[in-house]
Parts: sequence; structure tokens; C-alpha cells
Amino acid sequence: MARLTDGPLRVAELIAAARRDSDGAVAAFVGVVRDRHEGLPVESIEYAAYGEMAERELEKIERELAAAFPETRTLVRHRVGTLRVGEESVAIVAVSPHRADAFAACREAIEAVKARVPIWKLERGPGREPAWVDPTRRGPGRPL
Amino acid sequence: MRVRLLYFASFREAVGADEETRQVDEGTTVAGLWNALREGVPHFARFGAMPAVAVNCEYVSGARTLSEGDEVAFLPPIAGG
Repeated sequence: MARLTDGPLRVAELIAAARRDSDGAVAAFVGVVRDRHEGLPVESIEYAAYGEMAERELEKIERELAAAFPETRTLVRHRVGTLRVGEESVAIVAVSPHRADAFAACREAIEAVKARVPIWKLERGPGREPAWVDPTRRGPGRPL
Repeated sequence: MRVRLLYFASFREAVGADEETRQVDEGTTVAGLWNALREGVPHFARFGAMPAVAVNCEYVSGARTLSEGDEVAFLPPIAGG
């Protein structure tokens, strides 16, 4: 199944796909486009990806988490394309017999996504040029 | 030999292209290729250090030696999630 998608993320379907009857814990993280960034209003964010590599990195993250948490199953999905405020950009579910591993795997998954998966955000807001978000700099994204 | 360069996000805008094919000498490293690109693209020259880079969809270090047909992508700061 494609981990990078231009269609809506469906958390309930991810949980249903991952959960087994031995799992007593389901942890989910959903990233959502918010209406402000670094003090400036945001209307939408366009997510762009190095698609082939992003798919591979997302798969690797799932595989590495399966090795680190053998009883836990973690699924990671990320949107591409233009999302408006309130739309879901990333969805992670971790299912496990117990909550500690479910929470831990879910947390590690989102941190790994942010650190490794080649995805970029073009932020749009009223009265300013679209700007690529650069988490390595303080302040709003800067136009070229 | 030839390598294929891919550009994304702000780098795509800086270069004005999605990709290009470049002729490089045998033994060229990823860092060597970056230094050559910096000379031609002012946006790249503003980077103090080499950005993250992937060869054939895998992260590599600057010491990696390039091979014929490699797909090389210097990655602007990523911002997923």
C-alpha cells in the first residue's frame, strides 16, 4: 500500500488494518495544518515530496519500529498536495498488546518522519509570497 | 561519466529545473559535485555546509564516490509532518 498519498488519510481504516485481537492498545498521531506559523496566518500548505525516496523512508521507519518493538505494528502515512487549515497531513497508528510500546512507537515514528522523510512544505498566507518552510531557521519561511 | 541530478522545493526554484544530467569526472565525490554546483547557483553558495544528499534514494555522506548513472538529490531542509 502506498504510504505517500494525494488522497485523504483515514485513521480508522489504518487502525482496522493494523489491529489484531491480541492488541489492547491503539496509539494514533495525526498531524493537521494549523492556521498560524511563526506568528503569520496560514491559508494552506502544499506538500511536495521526493516520492520514490519518501516511500522507501516511510517503509524503513515502519520496519525499524517493528524490529525495535516486536509486538507492535506501526503504520505511517503522509499526504502530498495542497492542504487547507484543518486538513490532515500525516497519520500514524501503533497497535500493541500494551500501551507503553504503542505510545513509544507512535512517538518515534513521527520524530523519524520529521527527521528523515524528504517532504517539503510550501506555505501560503494572505498578503505574502508563498514560502518554503525551513525548520533549520527561525522566523517565517523566506521566499527566494 | 554522467549522473542525473534531481531538484526539489526551494532548490527546484533556484535552479529552474526538476532535473538535469551532468558530466562528471571518474572519482568525483558527492561533496565535489556540490562544490561544483555552488559555483553556478548563488542560492547554493549561501549554504554554509553541504545539505543532506541522497544517491539512488539512500542518504549518503559527502565522501561517497559517484558512479555512472547515479541519481543524485541534494535536499533542501526537509519539513514533513
